[in-house]
Amino acid sequence: MSTVSSKKSASRKVAQSNRLTRGGRINRNKPLKFSYNGKTYEGFEGDTLASALLANGVDIIGRSFKYSRPRGIFAAGAEEPNAIMQLGATEATQIPNVRATQQELFDGLVSNSVNGWPNADTDLMSYIGKAGGKMMPPGFYYKTFMYPESMWMTYEKYIRKAAGLGRAPAEWDPDTYDKMNHHCDVLVVGAGPAGLMAALTAARAGARVIIADEQQEFGGSLLHSADTIGGLPAAEWVKGIVTELQRYEDVLLLSRATVNGYHDHNFLTIHERRTDHLTDRAPLNMSRQRMHKVRAEWVILATGAHERPLVYANNDVPGNMLASAVSTYIRRYGVVPGNKLVLMTTNDDAYQTALDWKLAGRDVVAIVDTRANPTGALIEEARKLGIRLIPGSAVIDVEGGKRVHGAVCCSIDATGSKVTSGKEVLTCDTIASSGGWSPVVHLSCHTGSRPVWNDEIIGFVPGAAKEQRLCAGAVHGVYGLGKVLEDGVNAAQQAVAALKLNQPEVELPSTFEPVKSPAMALFYVPHVKPVSRAPKQFVDLQNDVTAGGIALATREGFESIEHVKRYTAMGFGTDQGKLGNINGMAIAAMTMGKTIAETGTTIFRPNYTPVTFGAVAGRDAGHLFDVKRFTAMHKWHVEQGAEFEDVGQWKRPWYYPKAGESMHDAVNRESKAVRDSVGILDASTLGKIDIQGPGAREFLNRIYTNAWAKLDVGKCRYGLMCHEDGMVFDDGVTSCLGDNHFLMTTTTGGAAGVMEWLELWHQTEWPELEVYFTSVTDHWSTLTISGPNSRKLLAELTSDIDLDKDTFKFMDWRAGTVAGVPARVFRISFTGELSYEINVQANYGLHVWEKLFEHGAKYNLTPYGTETMHVLRAEKGFIIVGQDTDGSVTPFDLNMGWAVGKNKPFSFLGQRGMQREDCVRDNRKQLVGLKCSDSSVVLPEGAQLVDNPKHPVPVPMLGHVTSSYYSPNLGHGVAMALIKGGLSRMGDKVYAPLRDGRVIEAEICSSVFLDPKGERQNV
Amino acid sequence: MLHIYCPYCGENRDQDEFKAKGEAHISRPLDPMGCTDQQWGDYMFFRKNPRGVHHEMWYHVAGCRKFFNMTRDTVTYRIYETYKMGEQPSVTAESLAGGQS
Ligand SMILES: [Zn+2]
Repeated sequence: MSTVSSKKSASRKVAQSNRLTRGGRINRNKPLKFSYNGKTYEGFEGDTLASALLANGVDIIGRSFKYSRPRGIFAAGAEEPNAIMQLGATEATQIPNVRATQQELFDGLVSNSVNGWPNADTDLMSYIGKAGGKMMPPGFYYKTFMYPESMWMTYEKYIRKAAGLGRAPAEWDPDTYDKMNHHCDVLVVGAGPAGLMAALTAARAGARVIIADEQQEFGGSLLHSADTIGGLPAAEWVKGIVTELQRYEDVLLLSRATVNGYHDHNFLTIHERRTDHLTDRAPLNMSRQRMHKVRAEWVILATGAHERPLVYANNDVPGNMLASAVSTYIRRYGVVPGNKLVLMTTNDDAYQTALDWKLAGRDVVAIVDTRANPTGALIEEARKLGIRLIPGSAVIDVEGGKRVHGAVCCSIDATGSKVTSGKEVLTCDTIASSGGWSPVVHLSCHTGSRPVWNDEIIGFVPGAAKEQRLCAGAVHGVYGLGKVLEDGVNAAQQAVAALKLNQPEVELPSTFEPVKSPAMALFYVPHVKPVSRAPKQFVDLQNDVTAGGIALATREGFESIEHVKRYTAMGFGTDQGKLGNINGMAIAAMTMGKTIAETGTTIFRPNYTPVTFGAVAGRDAGHLFDVKRFTAMHKWHVEQGAEFEDVGQWKRPWYYPKAGESMHDAVNRESKAVRDSVGILDASTLGKIDIQGPGAREFLNRIYTNAWAKLDVGKCRYGLMCHEDGMVFDDGVTSCLGDNHFLMTTTTGGAAGVMEWLELWHQTEWPELEVYFTSVTDHWSTLTISGPNSRKLLAELTSDIDLDKDTFKFMDWRAGTVAGVPARVFRISFTGELSYEINVQANYGLHVWEKLFEHGAKYNLTPYGTETMHVLRAEKGFIIVGQDTDGSVTPFDLNMGWAVGKNKPFSFLGQRGMQREDCVRDNRKQLVGLKCSDSSVVLPEGAQLVDNPKHPVPVPMLGHVTSSYYSPNLGHGVAMALIKGGLSRMGDKVYAPLRDGRVIEAEICSSVFLDPKGERQNV
Repeated sequence: MLHIYCPYCGENRDQDEFKAKGEAHISRPLDPMGCTDQQWGDYMFFRKNPRGVHHEMWYHVAGCRKFFNMTRDTVTYRIYETYKMGEQPSVTAESLAGGQS
């Protein structure tokens, strides 16, 4: 047999064998090719992946989570528990956790089942599953993995592989995503009959309306309905309403848009899939998905209801489906997912499924109704068509493994609690079940509103509104098409009234309401064996939770429904309990002898269906992930080949390597150049706050630890800032520009925090001080020249600033002109050298910088980065707040008591805090210098220090190294450390035991390693 | 996400623009050095954590840069009022319990 002919015959055999020749909202003139597990199939435009797979007779679409049982497509919408797919034609476009029932088909779609291991048809795990299912009983996470811990990795590897979680792409996402903010008067969630009427009413009243629906078309259940509205087929009526809504300027219609989260104060998130139905990768210039962030005055939930399946033995064998899903496939997609149907129902609605099946020309074996005497219009219609009706009975078990072969049918008693007859096996390949409807209360739960049990509709309805929220239609138990339409109008009228708009005219269209008999409340179909011994009766198909598992949980003492949920994993994961929760609650209640109202329900959380990370991130990804800040000289640094380091949002030059230089080489060269001649640092990133007003000086007195009363105009002063607990949190130099005018500098990273701190104290405690704060960080470029030749260099560029050492002293500042540009020059030093910080308007920064280099060549003017800045300051023992301090360090701990005012009249921030008992005790950790006994060794920063490395564990800790560098100017390492009682232990040896086994010996010394008298800066 | 009325801007804005700053109406002792360690500790560290009505300070950091106060229910997240620094709340747990407001 040749490959070609075998392929041909195979494709002829399976090609859309379940597709009807007529009907459905599909375009038979537009065939689409797609692949599933490596095999190519064909579907039509208008199909979902699920309807196309069913059309092609694909029964098994995955293996179950715990027991690895074959599973088929069960539902037709968001509630699908089994058909969870991995999509993507390329590695970069992989998407996990897509429901085949919600994925529209497009040409070239590539899909794979996620939980088959090694594949969906033959699965190793099924042997493990069949080995009693004892490998994973309910509560297995708690029981199995308690011991032995070492086995976790082994378990996890296989469980993950088998668990059907899908996988994230290993490559960058090539698509773009975006976000949009909206405000509206009324947000209508769901565009079924209730939602459409609500939107129409609100729109006619002139409200700003957003209506969103998860499906590609508006209409909801009307898209597969046999009903007529106003004399038109339901789908035609929908078209008319949508056309009118589109005419309003203030109405936004969003399809393929799931309202996924309902948050505080009527803030809702809508996940819109803009291109997922078109191609694997979004078309150029189009965002793939969009997150709408809506602040709504009023929200109308019209989310409808999901059909509830029935729980019977082996109800997970492929071929078991929801009754309404079967109707949807037939009527909307022209697909009959089998040949011989058995329908089991507790209500009249599901009879429509048998009628649809029959009208599609296939065989309805029987309708098994759990009620003893069902009567009603649909029942009569079924009888007329000659369909066999078996009342007072249930399908209690299923025959078949990879596909249903038979339904085991028995009589049950009137309450549905026990089997009352022998069995009849009905030969069939499809069993559709309906246990009634469960309102989709998920979104209302997001607001913290607990659902309330309603006996009349046999379901939970939304609890009292926590927000300006209304409900319309099935979501709160209003059923029957005519009533649903009316309810939509009512909800909108309430919103319109609250919005003080005029009530519009809305006519209710005519509908046909069949006479129906009451439904039966049945959440568990009895078996001849008790719950604990019956074959598996699945409640939650996605998480493999059985009725027996829930009964076991209650037997083991888990009585709270929240505990039962966590013990069994019911309603976990991407499923969020859409199908199984109500049955599960009811079974828990039943085994505990309580009512459903007494046990209650668990709460649903956002998101309603999975959301991609791309949609959450929007444009805040890649180079737009965070703000980047650059100084005016950034271009120059880049051209000079600087390496950069991130300091907060700033990009700061780290060091400037020359050809062939390592970082160590570059830093050594830069450090020596500063001390030998002159270097230049771009210090523009320092925080700068302009402070003005008659209260400015007094304000500084209160904020800083030292005194500011006598700082004259033209002078600068270093200050420490403490929180009220007495701990240092920022430092910097503040200069007096005028009697009521100061310029404060802060650390680069601390600028925003200091600004807030100043505003806080001014606005909340001292509003009587007239003072104003303005951030001027970006307004000024700061060019720091440092080194013995800095004065000579500066002199070449200024003629109006007297640089004489006795008139322009250390800690003075002068205004004048530098390189032809107005400048403020501050004689302050973070290197211990003669230094000038030249501040010019930022747009002149690069000009002055380049002028300095024009004149500086003869002095070997060397640009240096933050690393050299750190080395130079460490040689001098100058601290970096946040590196040498950590929020538990007082000025005294830093040996900087000189910066704390003793006789300030106002009790400055931190004064009382640093006097607390614990802050004044001996043996606090204090900042000292460390010199290694081996001068070639550089201590690692963060190294822990001990007195005796041979001490048995636990070794008493002394403290740790905060800063450590190699000093090329001194020829040895210099380090600072916080050490218990360090200031009174000068000369003592301490030890740093390292991870690699080495123990470094160091001597406690002064933290000022170079020029302790400060002579170099006073020249 | 809360929708917060800034009493200085006079508009409702998204929570994104604000920063929560903890309990409101904590005043700094007028004579810190006269405080015992316990009094100072109470001022610095001890805060109410009520279930229900709470008065909080907020900061319109990405707006007008003003601090203001808010009366908010910590269970329902309902915001009863926001008011300027230096003003007193008109809604309190007591006023709600007593049926006045
Ligand atoms: Zn504001």
